[in-house]
Amino acid sequence: MSIAIKVEKLSKAYQLGEIGTGTISRDLERWFARVRGKEDPFLKIGQTNDRTNKGTSDIVWSLKDIDFEIKQGEAVGVIGRNGAGKSTLLKILSRVTAPTRGRITGKGRIASLLEVGTGFHPELTGKENIYLNGAILGMRKKEIKRKFAEIVEFAGVERYIDTPVKRYSSGMYVRLAFAVAAHLQSEILIVDEVLAVGDAEFQNKCLGKIKDVSEGEGRTVLFVSHNMAAVSRLCTEAILMDKGCLKQIGKPKEIIEVYTSINGNANEVVLPDNPYLQYLSINQVQDELEISCEYSSDITLNIPCLGFVISDSLGNPIFGTNPTYQPPVQKMLPSKKGTIKVRIKQPKLLNGIYGLSVWFGDGKSDFVRLKDVLTFEIINMVLYDKETYAHTSGPVSTIVDWNYNFHL
Amino acid sequence: MSENSEHLWEIKPKSGLLDLKLKDTWEYRDLLLLLVRRDFVSFYKQTILGPIWFFIQPLLTTIMFTFVFGNLAGISTDGLPKPLFYMAGITAWNYFADCLTKTSTVFKDNAGIFGKVYFPRLIMPLSIVVSNLVRFGVQFLLFLGVMIFYAVKGAEFHFTWAISLFPLVVILMAALGLGAGMIISAMTTKYRDLAFLITFGIQLLMYATTVIFPLSAAPEKYRWLIELNPMTSLIETFRYGFLGRGSFSWSSIGYSALATIVLLVGGIIIFNKVEKNFVDTV
Repeated sequence: MSIAIKVEKLSKAYQLGEIGTGTISRDLERWFARVRGKEDPFLKIGQTNDRTNKGTSDIVWSLKDIDFEIKQGEAVGVIGRNGAGKSTLLKILSRVTAPTRGRITGKGRIASLLEVGTGFHPELTGKENIYLNGAILGMRKKEIKRKFAEIVEFAGVERYIDTPVKRYSSGMYVRLAFAVAAHLQSEILIVDEVLAVGDAEFQNKCLGKIKDVSEGEGRTVLFVSHNMAAVSRLCTEAILMDKGCLKQIGKPKEIIEVYTSINGNANEVVLPDNPYLQYLSINQVQDELEISCEYSSDITLNIPCLGFVISDSLGNPIFGTNPTYQPPVQKMLPSKKGTIKVRIKQPKLLNGIYGLSVWFGDGKSDFVRLKDVLTFEIINMVLYDKETYAHTSGPVSTIVDWNYNFHL
Repeated sequence: MSENSEHLWEIKPKSGLLDLKLKDTWEYRDLLLLLVRRDFVSFYKQTILGPIWFFIQPLLTTIMFTFVFGNLAGISTDGLPKPLFYMAGITAWNYFADCLTKTSTVFKDNAGIFGKVYFPRLIMPLSIVVSNLVRFGVQFLLFLGVMIFYAVKGAEFHFTWAISLFPLVVILMAALGLGAGMIISAMTTKYRDLAFLITFGIQLLMYATTVIFPLSAAPEKYRWLIELNPMTSLIETFRYGFLGRGSFSWSSIGYSALATIVLLVGGIIIFNKVEKNFVDTV
């Protein structure tokens, strides 16, 4: 089989912090260095992309020396923590942004789906938007015309095709947008997490379509997802990214195992300069969650009080509490220094990415507020099969007793 | 699928300066037309009066100019009826100014879509220029209407052969607005403050053309400055063709054409260079 995508020494640097202040002088400095034939002074090697440590330079390598090859007809899943460089890789492949170094070569037209419904205009009808969106994604008008009936059928919006999309429900909107992208005539399809939207039935339909595309039509698929179940079901290969580097490439099952084992003990932050809270971590311990922290302050804290909120990947709070609402069994002792461990029993979170926000104080006021300070992933906390997953809504699984009283 | 299966591509940090990606852009010509259609349809649907707005702006500006510059300041209009003189200038100038201002914010206006999907970025400014052509067409009809009105009233003006240069004048205005707009758009992605300059800069620039006075009435000392503006000869040619007044010379229109080509090619080069990494800086 021939090679569809070949990535060589691919690197991408991003500039952190303010852009737009003092850039003229900085540009001049860069230009001057180039004229003298020296290395760009703002691209220092040796900075890796680690969100938890604050780097000394404000250039961060979002991708560093990535090398891999993808054969034609393969479905490759890209996994990794948030900020591992997955999206950057896809952005470069989709030609939305250019790499800093290295190159990618390949064969065949690329259709990329970094977002559903890019360029949809609310005032235009479904039909007009199919044409516009198709053209934005690189289709010719005659191709769209040929596929039009198929797109409309896949989206299931026949009745509303001449209605402006601003009157569509969000589900219809997403279905229509995905339908256009799924019918692109390309040899390579790039998909980024778009499946996080839509109802379960439609998600399955999308996954099915992606599977058809790769297996049935022999097209190459590159798929970034946090949904391990989808990756293992769809993909023939998987790539694990970590801190901008390619960690491992191989069969999806192995890679997912490596990924989960790495993630089991990560998710911590050290705050040496914080006057109250110096360490914080959150871990999944089988079907429970554990938050740990270390505090040390100059003043005595009457009630060392750590409050927390767990939120979903969109930032919506799911649950949270603090010791004044749910007092500990232990007696609280005024102290300056100590550690706190919080065990969350039965959080029953479904697979996905969640955020942790914490507040820390003396029981009267909060001295530290850290919003979304940690991002963590839940993997197989709730044992489920495909059936139950598809029929559960929301991020939390519950145990339900049904009590029927039949009046026959 | 088979038709493109030998389609080879390469993604690398920098592309050649002179790679204008025109072939790529041509491949996406359908998108250009659909974008123009989108602009048109969404404009219609969102306003009650629709295309009436296209008339109101040039009409009011003409009335203003007639009153302020014609009556109060008493600036010569080369013997033409004042409203007709001003409207010729305004119609042409508006097209150029619209192309320039809209193109200059193309990155800012399309940051969302540029960040999510690739298509030759040049399509966006091109669609702006073509969309504005519709607006220009409507305003041009208004100008023709005013011409007929004055012709019936017996005002003295006549067509000249230079009217045949009209298509060329429109293309040059579009290209000039596009080229200058693209250069500014590329610069504003890095140095934001430039965006503020544009809105009043374009106002000032108008006074350095012959919109409100004939070239013959320009003070001798500053005449060269006004002639330096490539828009001047385009407005003059426009007026000379339709109204038979104004100064026309091959050398000045040749100069405008040359300046346009330089700005346009320079604009495309700079635009393409910025486009590659623009997403990282917004």
